[in-house]
Amino acid sequence: MSDGPIIETRDLRKTYRVGKVDVPALRGVDLTVTAGEFLAIVGPSGSGKSTLFHIIGGLTPPTAGQVRVAGQDLASMTDSDRTRLRKRSVGFVFQKFNLLPNLTARHNIAVARFIAGNTGPPDGQFEEVLQSLGVAQRLDHKPAALSGGEQQRIAIARAIVNHPAILLADEPTGNLDSENSKAVLEVLRDLNERLGQTILMITHNPEAAAYGHRMVQMRDGRII
Amino acid sequence: MTGRLVLENLKHRPMRSLLSVLLMGVPVTLILALVGLTQGLLQDSQRRQQNTGADIIIRASTASGVVSFSGAPIPEKVVAKIEEQPHVKLAVGVLNHSIDPPLVITGVDLPRFDRMSGGFVYQKGGPFKNPGDILIDEAYATQAHKTVGDTVTLLNHDWHVVGVIEPGKLARLAVQLNVLQDLDAATGHVGQIYVKVDDPANIDTVMQELNGLETGYKINTLEEYVAMYTPGKISGVKEFTVVIMAIGVVIGFCVVCLSMYMSVLQRTREIGILKSLGAGKGFILTIIEAEAMLLGVGGTILGIVMSFGACWLVRTLVPASIPMIVVQSWWPMAGLITLLGAGLGALYPGLNAARQDPIEALAYE
Repeated sequence: MSDGPIIETRDLRKTYRVGKVDVPALRGVDLTVTAGEFLAIVGPSGSGKSTLFHIIGGLTPPTAGQVRVAGQDLASMTDSDRTRLRKRSVGFVFQKFNLLPNLTARHNIAVARFIAGNTGPPDGQFEEVLQSLGVAQRLDHKPAALSGGEQQRIAIARAIVNHPAILLADEPTGNLDSENSKAVLEVLRDLNERLGQTILMITHNPEAAAYGHRMVQMRDGRII
Repeated sequence: MTGRLVLENLKHRPMRSLLSVLLMGVPVTLILALVGLTQGLLQDSQRRQQNTGADIIIRASTASGVVSFSGAPIPEKVVAKIEEQPHVKLAVGVLNHSIDPPLVITGVDLPRFDRMSGGFVYQKGGPFKNPGDILIDEAYATQAHKTVGDTVTLLNHDWHVVGVIEPGKLARLAVQLNVLQDLDAATGHVGQIYVKVDDPANIDTVMQELNGLETGYKINTLEEYVAMYTPGKISGVKEFTVVIMAIGVVIGFCVVCLSMYMSVLQRTREIGILKSLGAGKGFILTIIEAEAMLLGVGGTILGIVMSFGACWLVRTLVPASIPMIVVQSWWPMAGLITLLGAGLGALYPGLNAARQDPIEALAYE
């Protein structure tokens, strides 16, 4: 783990407008994540952890406050800037895997490389990662032919194929049985330890959270 | 990669893709059928005029345009007068009577016409013997299911088929000139006169002579007359073609717009995934447009294939009335019209997809 912060938020606020009512989702979040850290964020539903995930991932802008990711100030970013951030600096892993159903696992990974502007074959290190994920033999299957665990490992491979600064995982074991959950969490820990991949993981599960170096708790839009 | 994504998207919902291609093919077939029908009619008429063996044609002063049958205003004595002119080898007056447009029955002095043209080629039977005899060409024989020995009822009159002739010369249906003149109450009159000169080099000289007679009739070389057989010269055909093309664009637009709109709705989550991977608005719009274009190409190809089917069907059912052809030179135009409709139709759903909020798209069930 290196010392420099790769994620830094100060008094981060997000308010959604629902009809004529303002609903505050984040009420001033201060968070610092150092490069190479594996951080777990836990909290009940509605605590604001998904909103924090979306802002750090550049999926939505904050309403107020400061947020810096991989040296970039997200608060002043345009929609196009955030698109570029998602392309190069952030990789996502979702609870529902979110693989493109009409493409094979191989092409799901390739499409992420294509969008990021990488046209050549993946580097040797990525081939090693594929082997360690245990899905190298399943690359020519479409998601419907893969188990939940296999789909999630393909999703992890897709998320890191462009060597993002941060891997954001939103309930990555939420749709998996305990055996597959353990396998996925082992993979994440392995990526963090072997490659120094910074990981920010949202989870309800205390056992999953225990895989991180550090755990922060959220409630009512704040870190407690 | 974009190509694979587009192709896999289309393969993923084959029924939607096939239906879209089919619906986009329909206007292509419509356009090609209309053009094939118009040009087929014109080419057929052109060929029948060219094969008369005439060098000059004289029509009534009231004849307008090309496909015009304006009764029998020319006295037969004019035929004789024209034949007296230097270098005129033969003049043959004919009378046309429209029966079931574009079908025409032609009254002709057969021995004189045979001298001018070399005669009809008889596939069955032979020339007229009696006033009630009729010659029909092979296309009409097929369409009307008639052959030598049968009776056809035309102009409220029963005709005895004595010969089936090879199509492509003067008329589909030919009867004796004096018989048709009597039926039309036009005894001693003809509708147009075909003139053959002694040497093609003298056509201009004869034209000058005939114009010098100041008959008031329309006099053209056959070459000039045949050149008038173009869609642009026939009133309304050009405008009708433009209307059908516009309908083609509108149908293509509606089909693609609806199809791609549904597709974008069904793929909301997939669009969210692409956005989470960093796909920009341009990339999403490109995929949707490329899909529409591919559907347009498929629709064009299918439309061309269906136009062959339509042509076969028309030529099987009504070969005499509609001698339809396949006009290959119109394939690129039909394709462009389809692609224009497809491109415009995909724009709205494509922009909708490109503007989608990634979080809402990812949450879409």
